[in-house]
Amino acid sequence: MASVTIDHVTKEYSTSGRPAVSDVSLAIAEGEFIVLVGPSGCGKSTLLRMVAGLEKITDGEVRIGDRRVNEVDPADRDIAMVFQNYALYPHMTVRKNMGYGLKNRRLPKAEIEKRVAEAASILQLDEYLDRRPRELSGGQRQRVAMGRAIVREPACFLFDEPLSNLDAKLRVEMRGEIKQLQRRLGTTSIYVTHDQLEAMTLADRLVVLNKGEVEQIGAPLDVYRSPASTFVASFIGSPAMSLLNAASDGSALRIGDVVVASGAGLAAGPVTLGVRAEDFILAPTSGGFAMQVSYVEELGAGRLVHGAVQGQMLTLSISADHPMTDELIIAIDPARLHLFDASSGKRITPRRETAEA
Amino acid sequence: MKRVIFGSSWLPYAFLAPQILIVIIFFYLPAAEAVRASFYLENPFGGGSTFVGIDNYKDVLTDDNYVRVAKFTFWFSLLVTFFSLAIALLLAVKADTVLRGAKSYRILLMWVYAIAPPVAGLIGVLMFDQHVGPITDVAALFGYKMQIGVNYNDTAAAMIIISIWKQVPVNFIFFLSGLQSIPKAVREAAQIDCRSSWRRFWTVTFPMLAPTGFFLLIINITYALFDTFAVIDVVMKNEPGSNPMTLVYKVYLDGFRGSDLGGSSAQSVILMALVLLLTIFQFRMIERRVHYT
Repeated sequence: MASVTIDHVTKEYSTSGRPAVSDVSLAIAEGEFIVLVGPSGCGKSTLLRMVAGLEKITDGEVRIGDRRVNEVDPADRDIAMVFQNYALYPHMTVRKNMGYGLKNRRLPKAEIEKRVAEAASILQLDEYLDRRPRELSGGQRQRVAMGRAIVREPACFLFDEPLSNLDAKLRVEMRGEIKQLQRRLGTTSIYVTHDQLEAMTLADRLVVLNKGEVEQIGAPLDVYRSPASTFVASFIGSPAMSLLNAASDGSALRIGDVVVASGAGLAAGPVTLGVRAEDFILAPTSGGFAMQVSYVEELGAGRLVHGAVQGQMLTLSISADHPMTDELIIAIDPARLHLFDASSGKRITPRRETAEA
Repeated sequence: MKRVIFGSSWLPYAFLAPQILIVIIFFYLPAAEAVRASFYLENPFGGGSTFVGIDNYKDVLTDDNYVRVAKFTFWFSLLVTFFSLAIALLLAVKADTVLRGAKSYRILLMWVYAIAPPVAGLIGVLMFDQHVGPITDVAALFGYKMQIGVNYNDTAAAMIIISIWKQVPVNFIFFLSGLQSIPKAVREAAQIDCRSSWRRFWTVTFPMLAPTGFFLLIINITYALFDTFAVIDVVMKNEPGSNPMTLVYKVYLDGFRGSDLGGSSAQSVILMALVLLLTIFQFRMIERRVHYT
């Protein structure tokens, strides 16, 4: 176990183009579970691969523990990696797959066997030890890949979208297993995914990346509750946060000519208003505005209503018991609205919220 | 395998007919004729043949010259197969890691493949030529006088080297595509698991190349036994004399130069049996292992 420090790391594939990873800094504490999340092409995998040593670091420094590892061979970095498509050795049995890394490190045979047996029992692979990867199901292969990482007892686990090849049900199961396993072993972990739900459920801290740059770092709930930008707001959370073009005149916040909230403390001008689906108030006693319902998604426990206010789309979640009409009168919980700069998309903190805190 | 159900029973046979006809005309009929002829003594000047039972086989197998040629064929095939595989593998592994100008490298390494065997043989012979051959010149630098077609060992070496040179590109193409079909992630996993690239090659890359390697082994043995005919013919310059040759060349020589059709047929039947054994062995092995996915 060790901390991992990513210090102003940049990756450029060609000197002319936009860097794949640009000046990312991140201090990962011992035993922490960090999830790098973002859409494809955001540089999350590249960043992980630089920590692994599979990709050269153009600029900056990666430290594992106190050791600078930029020039260290991947095999000597004391890391273990779980790949998206498992990357098992097809010609080796499960036992040999798991023991291969240890054998190359000249561990005594008895020790290798002990560790493999332990990992196999943790992952319920005991009866498959003498099979080859092709005789296993997707979930079992994923477990073997995990086992191969566990037996190494590394300073840090690196996961590169390990669950994206599994079907939905298995993915949820394995997600739980990975979380429990990491808790149990207490090994520092860096996990890459494009699935925001996976990121939310697994992470101690989330790192949201966009176009090679860090958009926000924080605990899942903090990121969910106060996204740092419209990008994070629309990426984290399902359904995505409704983002509306609004304008402030210093006293009221309007969408078109409808007043939707108080604009106190805001400079006059355009602003992006963000509201989570669950933060709308239905049929308020006062100050409501009309929303035209365009369609409804039934989720069982509740329903998602998609509609428009002044021609701008928004989504709210309501109880399944609520009677549906073509028009709903709604209001926004003033404590839970998010404001973003209309041009940069960065979060604006109005004075009244700071007063509350 | 995709199964198709045909409505009528003759249609599938109609589709198969061209292939079956070709196999019958160019393989089964000549093979049957060879088996028949191997039991007869043909009159070289025409006009009938005499049934002699297995005398032809007895003659062949007790002939010192035949045994000598068989021995040479064994060593020739072994060396050609081993070196053409080994050199091709080395080149493929090296070419696989080339990042800049990879395509030009590959084309340079492949194009000997496009040369017809007799032409390759001729180029080879020029390389070993006593007056203008650069290889002869290099040997001369070390004080060795190379004499192709005169000195038995020199001729044998030239045959082997030219045959290897001709076969390396084929093996190279297969090995390279085999290497490239190894998933990148598996190599990376190995990179994390094993520091030494030498060890990584022998424990991960090489075993994963085994299906390709085994296929090529059979192809190369067949090549060394049969397809080197043109190379040998050109190197020998029509002067068999005491020069080395392979069994296939001897079949041709005895049959068409020596007019001993019976003995020549017996030799080709023996070769046929050899190929049959090799094929059975190949299928058995392929069934048993070397299938990963």
